[in-house]
Amino acid sequence: MTATGVVVEDTGHGAAEAHAAHVTSTGLSNVKIAMWAFLGSECLLFGALISTYLLYRGKSMVGPYPKDVYDIPYTSVSSFVLLMSSLTMVLALAAIQRGDHRRLRVWLLATALLGSTFIGGQAYEFTTFYREGLSLHRNLFGSSFFVLTGFHGAHVTIGILMLLSLFSLSLRGKLPTSKAETVELVGLYWHFVDVVWIVIFTLIYLVPSK
Amino acid sequence: MTEAEVVTHETGHPSEAQYVRVALILAGLTAVEVAVYYISGLKKVLIPILLVLATTKFSMVALWFMHLKFDSRMFRRLFVTGIVVAIIVYLIALSSLHVFS
Repeated sequence: MTATGVVVEDTGHGAAEAHAAHVTSTGLSNVKIAMWAFLGSECLLFGALISTYLLYRGKSMVGPYPKDVYDIPYTSVSSFVLLMSSLTMVLALAAIQRGDHRRLRVWLLATALLGSTFIGGQAYEFTTFYREGLSLHRNLFGSSFFVLTGFHGAHVTIGILMLLSLFSLSLRGKLPTSKAETVELVGLYWHFVDVVWIVIFTLIYLVPSK
Repeated sequence: MTEAEVVTHETGHPSEAQYVRVALILAGLTAVEVAVYYISGLKKVLIPILLVLATTKFSMVALWFMHLKFDSRMFRRLFVTGIVVAIIVYLIALSSLHVFS
């Protein structure tokens, strides 16, 4: 219990730092609560898009069908790249928390590069599918597939822009250790797009169509 | 190794070595997913196996990389509420549209 009568839960670095900055009614960082609430709401957005894909699965009247266009080894490598970007992101957070700003920039740049590799791979995949006759208007599979993976790709792109912004701020000396929570918030967003891809890779690519 | 040994004292978060170990396990699980997809003898149990592997990977990223294992329970509640509501709403919607029949 603090002098102001607020019960402070021992929640590790983020909460302790937020408490040092200002007292909140929960004893937790307000922006971190907002980020988690946002991510919770994003589950509903991606749930709707994934459900739409599952609803239309196997109902296309004309091809190409998923088995005609999917390249599982290729998408597996893309998934691996995005998964490893979560590691570099969390290493960036660890670096700023111990005040190592050079390593923070290295890991932020590595995360942005891995994310860009994933997006480049998705652009190549979309182009290949289009050349094979699959478009947004071709059939139900094309519509639901491009909208779902396109939305995810847009989220990854926004994440890359946030990472590059953090990199730029750090280069200019405007991202001190006291602002580690900013890196943590961007990290939460980045890990979220990673876990969404874990679901998409399994349900959309690996689970066979009827 | 106890939890106390893998969590750094300064931040309450895991050590870098622990993050790397988690990433290696995630990479291994991804390899298993792809391998299972190609094993024709597992076609009948493919979907349950893939769902278990995906749930495991999802949980590991959320618990370790997003620090839900170490941070306040309120963050966990917010995120899990979103996931549970999404699963319930869309399972009802898909069931009513006979997707699983």
